[in-house]
Amino acid sequence: MTTQYLLKDVAPLGGEPTDVLVAGGLVAAVGAGAGDAAENAPDDLHVIDATGMVLLPGLVDLHTHLREPGREDAETVASGTRAAAAGGFTAVHAMANTTPTQDTAGVVEQVWRLGREAGWVDVHPVGAVSVGLAGEHLAELAAMADSAARVRVFSDDGKCVHDPVLMRRALEYTKAFDGVVAQHAQEPRLTEGAQMHEGVVSAEIGLAGWPAVAEEAIIARDVLLAEHVGARLHVCHLSTAGSVELVRWAKSRGIDVTAEVTPHHLVLTDEEARGYDPVFKVNPPLRTQADVDAVRAGLADGTIDIVATDHAPHTREDKDCEWAAAAFGMTGLETALSVVQQTMVDTGRMTWADVARVLSENPARIGRVADQGRPLAVGEPANLVLVDPAARRVVVPEQQATAAANSPLRGRELPGRVVATFLRGRATVLDGVPQDDPARPGFAAGRVTP
Amino acid sequence: MRHLLSTTDLDRAAAVRVLDTAAQMAATQGRQIKKLPTLRGRTVVNLFFEDSTRTRISFETAAKRLSADVINFSAKGSSVSKGESLKDTALTLQAMGADAIVIRHQASGAPHTLAHAGWTDAAVVNAGDGMHQHPTQALLDAFTLRRHLAGDAGNPDGVGRDLAGLHVAIVGDVLHSRVARSNVDLLHTLGARVTLVAPPTLLPVGVGPWPAAVSYRLDDVLAQGPDAVMMLRVQRERMSTAGGGFFPSPLEYTRLYGLDARRLATLPDHSIVLHPGPMNRGLEISADAADSPRAVIVEQVANGVAVRMAVLYLLLAGDGDTGAAPATGAVPALTSVPTTATEVSPR
Repeated sequence: MTTQYLLKDVAPLGGEPTDVLVAGGLVAAVGAGAGDAAENAPDDLHVIDATGMVLLPGLVDLHTHLREPGREDAETVASGTRAAAAGGFTAVHAMANTTPTQDTAGVVEQVWRLGREAGWVDVHPVGAVSVGLAGEHLAELAAMADSAARVRVFSDDGKCVHDPVLMRRALEYTKAFDGVVAQHAQEPRLTEGAQMHEGVVSAEIGLAGWPAVAEEAIIARDVLLAEHVGARLHVCHLSTAGSVELVRWAKSRGIDVTAEVTPHHLVLTDEEARGYDPVFKVNPPLRTQADVDAVRAGLADGTIDIVATDHAPHTREDKDCEWAAAAFGMTGLETALSVVQQTMVDTGRMTWADVARVLSENPARIGRVADQGRPLAVGEPANLVLVDPAARRVVVPEQQATAAANSPLRGRELPGRVVATFLRGRATVLDGVPQDDPARPGFAAGRVTP
Repeated sequence: MRHLLSTTDLDRAAAVRVLDTAAQMAATQGRQIKKLPTLRGRTVVNLFFEDSTRTRISFETAAKRLSADVINFSAKGSSVSKGESLKDTALTLQAMGADAIVIRHQASGAPHTLAHAGWTDAAVVNAGDGMHQHPTQALLDAFTLRRHLAGDAGNPDGVGRDLAGLHVAIVGDVLHSRVARSNVDLLHTLGARVTLVAPPTLLPVGVGPWPAAVSYRLDDVLAQGPDAVMMLRVQRERMSTAGGGFFPSPLEYTRLYGLDARRLATLPDHSIVLHPGPMNRGLEISADAADSPRAVIVEQVANGVAVRMAVLYLLLAGDGDTGAAPATGAVPALTSVPTTATEVSPR
């Protein structure tokens, strides 16, 4: 017997309040009479007063680092996916830069299986483009596509597929199984030793610069390659105004390109580096306010298709040191939705339906995930997130579900709170608390939220 | 003043105070007995993650002349080379009771992290961090400039004065230079006008907002008659492809940006030549220029000791912890020195 949930007076996609019944793993009924449908069913009924709350399709992250296998000291599949559920996600794409690398069917199936055992969200492993992320030989992409993990997104993220011939081959080859290459756009020669955005702040504080052109040059090349071979291209964590212009131009030419922006590039700038706190060290680096304004505009007008977290958990020892010695990356699963609300919804740039588009529908479509990012309609899989936009909270990384504490938003007050997350009708989060299940060993992992 | 991490930490009054204190320190260094009892019982650690014999010796001499106990902690041959973190090194020094840590580090910001991460209570002095800052170098340069260009018979050190109205050209590898960054900030604070001279490849992309003019042509700038020319060290490996390929050859660099006898002769009579050392004779500066009477390079070294004595004194014995300016004549250990710190003479 499974629990049914009746969400009373909830606003689907921020629209007119109504009632939504979640039963049998599906959206079972929508409308004023939704509760009547529950009475005819034998299961327990859990009624949630959702007055003032927004219902969205479960969020889908196209860019998550779960660190397992290899760096279980920073995050595990269990702890990372628990954090994802707490952040309102029902599916994540686990990046390939694990140890060993996710460059064979065996390793992607291992990660996929760990995700299934944990049960918090659907885990879709990303396959490496090149063997060992070395940028030399194509990994066995078709084997990963045909594996139980059914990989559709391929990326050497963390490293750029910089060899133009290898990139061309990857774009061509993935067409056979409707895959997509997700490029980490970073010209390596232009970014040797780079520590932060190259500009006024880097010049002053003496950190080696990561120029915008190193990202833009690769994007320009890749959209032309994608056009030439008729393939699909996805641009990871686009961060500069110039990159937005290039993607806008490529789309106007009909090139099949999609692009993502991270929450941190929507809200933080390179000014944060002035205190040399490595929690703000990330790749691509935090850019200028003009870039932040441009990526917000690009997200609002659809040039940028999705927001993806690039959740990159790190151990304390990898961040508690001088800037140059620290690892790149910051966490984001549990703050992404709030950052999007703060920067895009509360500013009037986007509606909640737009949020569903950039955090659920589009990433599901790009990753070819069939049962996620669906409309909020009767008969659809109940992958849902219930949000209270009026709530406010202060970020305390130690209280998050992720095992890592490297949130760049420590101490900031953010709007919005994930009240409940449903994965195929099962509540993974209720009243803001991940629903640990003693029967599932994976559920016990990770940090316990006070 | 709690730490000295950057010349941007100093406003005009604080900078002049350091220079005036250095003048008092310098006066004691002409005596037969150079040692002062001021920092007796205090411990100064020279924490050097990067080789720099001359800077370390200068700080060591300064601390010893003030009677501090000095510990030299070099990354080579210590636990650092075995992978110990900056944090553990800092905690160790804290446990040993360091009162001041003089840190040289290849990573920009390491002194900032050391001062603010809560690992140690010691005063932190930045002795050069990556491409960021080298504040005591800029202070000793300012001290040298003031003595030569703002002093007069009655006030040979220019005590109480700043560098208003002077024009200083800084020539060379600005991009990689912590000396240039520190000097631009401090010279601006002290009222001087700065022109940076370098090939475009050796200037930072974000140089625009710096309080300095920029020129790619040394001869044009020398024709303006600068009061001082500060030559920066250029590493020969910067020309190689592996080193970044910043210029085609040492010969071309020397032709365009080297200070030689011909260029030296175009300067006004009062102009002086500075170099932070170590020099690449024949690259950025010719032997004729380096050894000319206008070159104050050896004097810079001597002034470095006085300036570092002043910095250690102000951090450890001054009332810097309160953030208040030291009281007039607040150098009680130096009472034998005639104090001129309150004189402000027009020039």
